[in-house]
Amino acid sequence: MLSQPTAADPVAFRAAQPGAEAWVSALCSHPTWSPVQNALKGIAEKMIHSLFLINCSGDIFLEKHWKSVVSQSVCDYFFEAQEKAIDVENVPPVISTPHHYLISIYRDKIFFVSVIQTEVPPLFVIEFLHRVADTFQDYFGECSETAIKDNVVIVYELLEEMLDNGFPLATESNILKELIKPPTILRSVVNSITGSSNVGDTLPTGQLSNIPWRRAGVKYTNNEAYFDVIEEIDAIIDKSGSTVFAEIQGVIDSCIKLSGMPDLSLSFMNPRLLDDVSFHPCIRFKRWESERVLSFIPPDGNFRLISYRVSSQNLVAIPVYVKHLISFKENSSSGRFDVTIGPKQNMGKTVEGVVMTVHMPKAVLNMNLTATQGSYTFDPVTKVLAWDVGKITPQKLPNLKGIVNLQSGAPKPEENPSLNIQFKIQQLAISGLKVNRLDMYGEKYKPFKGVKYITKAGKFQVRT
Amino acid sequence: MTDSKYFTTTKKGEIFELKAELNSDKKEKKKEAVKKVIASMTVGKDVSALFPDVVNCMQTDNLELKKLVYLYLMNYAKSQPDMAIMAVNTFVKDCEDPNPLIRALAVRTMGCIRVDKITEYLCEPLRKCLKDEDPYVRKTAAVCVAKLHDINAQLVEDQGFLDTLKDLISDSNPMVVANAVAALSEIAESHPSSNLLDLNPQSINKLLTALNECTEWGQIFILDCLANYMPKDDREAQSICERVTPRLSHANSAVVLSAVKVLMKFMEMLSKDLDYYGTLLKKLAPPLVTLLSAEPELQYVALRNINLIVQKRPEILKHEMKVFFVKYNDPIYVKLEKLDIMIRLASQANIAQVLAELKEYATEVDVDFVRKAVRAIGRCAIKVEQSAERCVSTLLDLIQTKVNYVVQEAIVVIKDIFRKYPNKYESVIATLCENLDSLDEPEARAAMIWIVGEYAERIDNADELLESFLEGFHDESTQVQLQLLTAIVKLFLKKPTETQELVQQVLSLATQDSDNPDLRDRGYIYWRLLSTDPVAAKEVVLAEKPLISEETDLIEPTLLDELICYIGTLASVYHKPPSAFVEGSRGVVHKSLPPRTGSSESAESPDAAPSAGQAAEQPAVIPAQGDLLGDLLNLDLGPPVSGPPLAASSVQMGAVDLLGGGLDSLMGGSGFTAPGPAAPAAMGAPLGSGLGDLFDLTGGVGTLSGSYVAPKTVWLPAMKAKGLEISGTFSRQVGSICMDLVLTNKALQVMSDFAIQFNRNSFGLAPAAPLQVHAPLAPNQSVEISLPLNTVGSVMKMDPLNNLQVAVKNNIDVFYFSTLYPLHILFVEDGKMERQMFLATWKDIPNENEAQFQIKDCSLNADAVSSKLQGSNIFTIAKRNVEGQDMLYQSLKLTNGIWVLAELRIQPSNPSFTLSLKCRAPEVSQYVYQAYDAILKN
Repeated sequence: MLSQPTAADPVAFRAAQPGAEAWVSALCSHPTWSPVQNALKGIAEKMIHSLFLINCSGDIFLEKHWKSVVSQSVCDYFFEAQEKAIDVENVPPVISTPHHYLISIYRDKIFFVSVIQTEVPPLFVIEFLHRVADTFQDYFGECSETAIKDNVVIVYELLEEMLDNGFPLATESNILKELIKPPTILRSVVNSITGSSNVGDTLPTGQLSNIPWRRAGVKYTNNEAYFDVIEEIDAIIDKSGSTVFAEIQGVIDSCIKLSGMPDLSLSFMNPRLLDDVSFHPCIRFKRWESERVLSFIPPDGNFRLISYRVSSQNLVAIPVYVKHLISFKENSSSGRFDVTIGPKQNMGKTVEGVVMTVHMPKAVLNMNLTATQGSYTFDPVTKVLAWDVGKITPQKLPNLKGIVNLQSGAPKPEENPSLNIQFKIQQLAISGLKVNRLDMYGEKYKPFKGVKYITKAGKFQVRT
Repeated sequence: MTDSKYFTTTKKGEIFELKAELNSDKKEKKKEAVKKVIASMTVGKDVSALFPDVVNCMQTDNLELKKLVYLYLMNYAKSQPDMAIMAVNTFVKDCEDPNPLIRALAVRTMGCIRVDKITEYLCEPLRKCLKDEDPYVRKTAAVCVAKLHDINAQLVEDQGFLDTLKDLISDSNPMVVANAVAALSEIAESHPSSNLLDLNPQSINKLLTALNECTEWGQIFILDCLANYMPKDDREAQSICERVTPRLSHANSAVVLSAVKVLMKFMEMLSKDLDYYGTLLKKLAPPLVTLLSAEPELQYVALRNINLIVQKRPEILKHEMKVFFVKYNDPIYVKLEKLDIMIRLASQANIAQVLAELKEYATEVDVDFVRKAVRAIGRCAIKVEQSAERCVSTLLDLIQTKVNYVVQEAIVVIKDIFRKYPNKYESVIATLCENLDSLDEPEARAAMIWIVGEYAERIDNADELLESFLEGFHDESTQVQLQLLTAIVKLFLKKPTETQELVQQVLSLATQDSDNPDLRDRGYIYWRLLSTDPVAAKEVVLAEKPLISEETDLIEPTLLDELICYIGTLASVYHKPPSAFVEGSRGVVHKSLPPRTGSSESAESPDAAPSAGQAAEQPAVIPAQGDLLGDLLNLDLGPPVSGPPLAASSVQMGAVDLLGGGLDSLMGGSGFTAPGPAAPAAMGAPLGSGLGDLFDLTGGVGTLSGSYVAPKTVWLPAMKAKGLEISGTFSRQVGSICMDLVLTNKALQVMSDFAIQFNRNSFGLAPAAPLQVHAPLAPNQSVEISLPLNTVGSVMKMDPLNNLQVAVKNNIDVFYFSTLYPLHILFVEDGKMERQMFLATWKDIPNENEAQFQIKDCSLNADAVSSKLQGSNIFTIAKRNVEGQDMLYQSLKLTNGIWVLAELRIQPSNPSFTLSLKCRAPEVSQYVYQAYDAILKN
């Protein structure tokens, strides 16, 4: 076979005259026949090649290249797509350009645009980019242009640590924090006095164990474990008030501050509710399959233990109802608006934090409304009506009513605005999920345990 | 005290100032200076001029400073290779550091410096690090092997790093395993033929074990690697599936989708009767749905993949329609994808819900989305027959809204509904006609005109309506003009008395005043038809049209099967095989779903069926050959006029052999040659064994071969190659491609040690076996060699597309030449498309992908053409006779799965044929034409 020449061959090959075509010279410069792909080195790059961070006004404020430097001009294709999309949210996440693919996410008013040169799983890239944004959030308290610029060196170190040659290296916040210390005011003061650095100089302990998410030697004086069961209701309610679609997106976010290597078991009163669950890698899948118990050695600090989805219609209770009357008169420059929100199926708990936002039709000039409760604003530029209702008391239902002023002469608006509702219910998981007990093995101390429930509106919309 | 201070200095002498600071004695100042340099780098400023100064800071025991310098080096080392050498010593030293973090950092950074000179120094430290006691170093070193391979593949092979890497798959640490797999799969990608990732049940078992333990990213690499494995039977497939299923509950969506890919692929091998098959189907739905609650970007990619999955296995998500309902604040790209999937899932059971939703969407704000929603209603009508009536009334409601773009879209889809259900909903025509004036888009105007023409007899004022369009005839787009011409002719044929003037007018507008050849041609055809034979005209113009079906928007099954293998990749987002975006994809190997085993319903796999069929036919052909022998002697060497061309080709060969004639003349002359591999054998064999040869040949005949082979030409003249002359040609026989070579030694010394290699090329052609020249080639001697080729080599788009660069070596030197191969050697045997599929695909490929060519001076008739082409795997799917000309509809498929559809127009008295080619990759058309031309003229 050619690709494995005999020992005598290389000399003969090296002697080949230079020149000819480009690939040929490359082939010659190699001591062997090794396939021609080396001639095309430029093409043969993989995974995430470069990353650009772009703010909403279109400035590239950070670039990082894991391979060779790619010119900023590649972002022009992105800007083009951005212009076409009008709305920032509508920029397509995968854009192809003549020589690259741009895969981007939009988070916290920043576009994370990655440059890809070969076939690569886009979800891999998108997940990774979100992980980068999460890490910034985690390190700097916010993922904003200012925060990133203020910590540019740490950002660079983080990016380098997270990705090597396109392979994600360390993305667990626990490990990263051991490698690169997050900035604190105290530390930067101390560092500037003592001349020490914010780079960890020992190998993170968790990195290579079979539980890479936890570091060794964790110590707390107060041992605590908190679980927040948070459920969001996504729903579409039609004009007549019946539910077109509803599901619950639930998560259990945990804050675990336990010393040593605790081994936890969390069980539920009604685990059968959970038939579509995504787990944190720490959870032992087999135990769940056989016993419906969440058994795990937790990471240290805050993390998402599971996320789940409950979709079967009869389990998804809709805690509020909306009575609405929005009408525009033919050939007149006004319309009526009358909306009442009331509680329904809320298991005796109070519905609070209620906010309604409505994107009114373009023809709407202004709105003259009276709210029996809370306050409303209408932005005549974006046409967004926002009504901050607050708490719903069943005795006196909140109502917002009045006149809509339309542009004179404009035709009656075709589209009916959808009402987006936000709300919160404390101490309730609307699916009925309930934690039964938490047991700890492997450590002697007695931890403090707490579970909190909360239900919120997710994408909750009422069509009118 | 934030880092933004590093950005502040922008005055003139910035670089100069930094230089001074970098060379400062104070550690702290140095560090600050490096930070400033890094800050400049982050905003794309060129600070490469500081290279030597920054490298000087590298010798330090401050880890942070070291890291920063390394960061800088990675960015600029390539532009300053000589300077980078300065850093080597420190790297080598750091690789010995007692702190594993520093060892890993050094080996990692060294691999990132893509400078050839550095690689030589890298080998020793890398070898040590691959065997380091600390797994963190080992896993970093594993990645470094991939980096080094990218810079210098041979070095990696020579140094035995690949074997070390393979050993790491069995490492005790799962993270090391994951990185080793990742590195190996990356290297394997550039070496598609190499058997690097030797997947066997043992190594698969190792991977599956590592899968449970390694990080999420490692899991993705392992799953993608598993997806390339071909289990030996359904039991093995099932056991792998069982161990992969838990990944469906992973929080990382990329892990989930990679797991889905493995399951979708291996499921193909499971029998549907198996209980496990049903269980698996049920398990797939929830994770797919869960992906839709993620961030919108993830949703988008998930939706594109779900789109493929519902086409392949609609049963998985058939009960999950509601999760695809569009939310008011979804980004537009998510909305459009959801809509598409809703239609695919629409069935009688859920159509009421779907329609209600679609109607709701049609009143939304976003114009693109509204249009697509209206179109979707039409597609539902065509897909679910029982719902057609409801769809039509929904569309009518929408037309009543008088919103301009809604009305136009509605009319376009109503036209399609008429074509699917003729004579059923014509009562709505009156409503449509009311909106005639508001139509300003060509597609809507054309649709409306079509409706008026088609139902002219039911519309009292059809002539007035059409006349009103005629006024601005020249300002209309071609689409509308063509439609108007046809509509008026239809009207004339239906109501000849009142419309004579109108038809005259449109015919003269189309033929005399237009520059558009399509329009003129159509005008003339109608004109002659009407003036010579009105009855025939009626038959042609008012002929019954084939019903349209919903399949038009489905991805064709073979492509779909291939795309299923690419779930989760860019290919799945674009719904194109990676070979379609040739650039940037290296070494694309075609993937196909595994055939089903252990069950009788193998007919489901389209690939397996035809080959089995061919094999079965074979024995039937051979005995028949005896009868042919009698006719052989009477046959002349001219092109066969009728009958299957394959038989004819074999007959020629046989005849020649029997007569004892030399093959050389035949090879050099025109006509068909023997099937490639057989040819040299025949040459060497004594003539007496002609009959035996004949039987060999018929084997080839039975499996549809005998493609046209061009005469050999000189590729490499002796002058340019120190006395070695190479001439050759390409052939395709029995499904395999051969390069037939004649090597002639025109030098004075003996030549030996021949070897051959191809550069990457557009279709991945590569030698399937080494070049075998058994004995040294003496001066003035020549040897004929038939080199089998395959198409699994590395792919790179060439210009021209069929260019092949070849290197041949012998004991004297290496020689290079390039040659153009005829595209028809890439036409595969199963290139016959289903008729329905052909129609759908033809419609589906946009008109701008159509290319037209003239084949001049060809005197064959349609049957001869079609049989001749079939010999080269161009299959005639349908033949029609339209107005005296023969239209042949043909299909062919290239080795990389690209379909080319052709329409060949043959006029009896005209030696010029018109060839229209449609293909999703229009760049191949020209070369397909050249192949047609060559085949037909020889």
